[in-house]
Amino acid sequence: MSDIGTVVSTADVIICCGSGGVGKTTTAAALGLQLAQIGRRTVVVTIDPARRLADALGLADGLTNEPTRLDIGLPPESVGELWAMMLDTAATFDGLVRANAPDAEQAERILTNRFYRNIAGALSGTQEYMAAEKLHALHADTRFDVVIVDTPPTRNALDFLDAPGTLARFLDHPLFKILMLPTRRGLKVLNVAAQPLLRTIAKVVGGDVLADAIAFFQAFAGMETGFRSRADEVMALLRSDVTRYVLVASPRADTVEEARYFAARLGDSHLPVGALIVNRATPSFPVPAGRRAARDAALWRNLDELNAIAAAEHIQLADLLVDVADAATVWVPLLASDVHDLTSLHQIRELLFAPALFDAEMSAE
Amino acid sequence: MPPKRLDLREFFAATRLVIVAGKGGVGKTTVTAVLARAAAQTGLRVVVVELDGKPALGRLVDDLPVIRLTAADALADYLETHGLKRVAKRLATSGVIEVVSTASPGIDDIVVLGKLKQLERSDDWDLVVVDGPAAGHAITFLLSARSLLDTVRSGPVHTQATDVLEMLADPARCQVVLVALPETTPVNELIETAYALEERVGVQLGPVVINGVDEGDPLSPGPNTPEPLVAAAAFRNARRALHRREIERLGNDLAFAQIHLPHVPTADLDADDIRFLANLLLTDQLLEPTT
Repeated sequence: MSDIGTVVSTADVIICCGSGGVGKTTTAAALGLQLAQIGRRTVVVTIDPARRLADALGLADGLTNEPTRLDIGLPPESVGELWAMMLDTAATFDGLVRANAPDAEQAERILTNRFYRNIAGALSGTQEYMAAEKLHALHADTRFDVVIVDTPPTRNALDFLDAPGTLARFLDHPLFKILMLPTRRGLKVLNVAAQPLLRTIAKVVGGDVLADAIAFFQAFAGMETGFRSRADEVMALLRSDVTRYVLVASPRADTVEEARYFAARLGDSHLPVGALIVNRATPSFPVPAGRRAARDAALWRNLDELNAIAAAEHIQLADLLVDVADAATVWVPLLASDVHDLTSLHQIRELLFAPALFDAEMSAE
Repeated sequence: MPPKRLDLREFFAATRLVIVAGKGGVGKTTVTAVLARAAAQTGLRVVVVELDGKPALGRLVDDLPVIRLTAADALADYLETHGLKRVAKRLATSGVIEVVSTASPGIDDIVVLGKLKQLERSDDWDLVVVDGPAAGHAITFLLSARSLLDTVRSGPVHTQATDVLEMLADPARCQVVLVALPETTPVNELIETAYALEERVGVQLGPVVINGVDEGDPLSPGPNTPEPLVAAAAFRNARRALHRREIERLGNDLAFAQIHLPHVPTADLDADDIRFLANLLLTDQLLEPTT
């Protein structure tokens, strides 16, 4: 088993995955803090709409789709930097369209299309795809040495690993195939009026929806090649050995189940789990030898209760620990307060990278 | 003002549909199960609806009926009952349904709400308890009816949206229960959501549920107490102090009745824990915010 310091300090890309509520965003920020501390120029990308990262980093105005440099109190001679940004799926998609369109006019036709506006932010898979796209762009950005990505808290967070083709998933979209007929010279849009199926759909959802979709696919024709080759580059980066996957879990049955799902998913793609971080673990305490004084009965009950919970949590985690036996594993204890400012984020960072401090921290509370 | 007690029996009897909402990790599914069980204990015929497809709920509510609703199924069903019966299967396999729901945002939400409205109107049940939509989605989910009314001016979708809005606006038919943990970020998120729901959706908010509350007297070690006991007590006291602080802050910011569900010292809840919590709710756990 390797240690987490080595796993993250030698990475160029770190991808954090786990279910909602396990402290994934906080963990991503704490990893960023550590990397900046050891002199790396780090950018953290979050997709969290709840602004937790912004809150934790003390950013009153929140984050935007552009990286913002954070003041984390490093000494002036330090070369490390911490930047953060919030992924704007639709804006990233727009950028991709502009980069791939043969001319500004075609780009504009796509960007103003109502069907496009709806799918850019909402089509399932788009968010994951755009997170991967942004990751690639930031990795190539000379301002940064390392990119940390906080993935969406959904099961399909890792869907972009499937195949390069899936990255350009909306080109494989059924509607595309329904509306476009391959011809010898390229693709041709079907006549909606001639299709009984489409005619009936139009009756229920309104003809505008379909008309917009067709206009979109027409405008998009010819741009697939650019999208697909970009997707291949992103895939290569995700599979390269500078990319590390960090699983975040908490010791509860449902989040452990999700973490095991992600571990299996990575395994299917022959990618190792670099580290497992178990957040919000109940601390256990050594049981003193000797007689239990009646005066301390309530205190003993408390110690026994906490130790029983901690033991149950370890049992809960047992299968996952076997699944990711080669990963660096760190337990981060439940804290007396939750992480909502830079000071408490530093505390998490210390717990992640110097677990020996744990006891001192706890008794200082 | 002395703490006023909220009678949960009255709450259950006064409405038909309870939508439980909260961010990921706050125990929304647990709270759904507890409320459903408690309502069933009071003699109501209760049905539980899950929208997320999480298998945990069935295990937690044991013998109560559970209906699983997915947007895709609801939409397929909707299209089927609106003249697309013959092609419904082809629609599902060809992926057209996903496209339809993506291309006209809100339509998947409105068909799910339509299904909930059907259950709410049904004579088979006294109370429908819904494990609400996933993190962050609650507001857009409940707003879908209003937004669709603006974009779709006539036809079956318009009628559906009008009916759903009517239900959402009527506290005797529908109320939303928000769930949070007694910690800083979840409490902030609950307050934000509560304002957004009241102002933008106009739905009635029921009691606020605070899940996983660790309550108890402070533990005070003596001069000869062994060190690990002191450390364990300090940890527990600090957690309890955090919970008290956050519960008080929530009470100051939101004047809703609060339901406190105690922290159950286990990593994996089962149907018996749910029964235990439901019984607690029906006896003494119901508090108005302390003032």
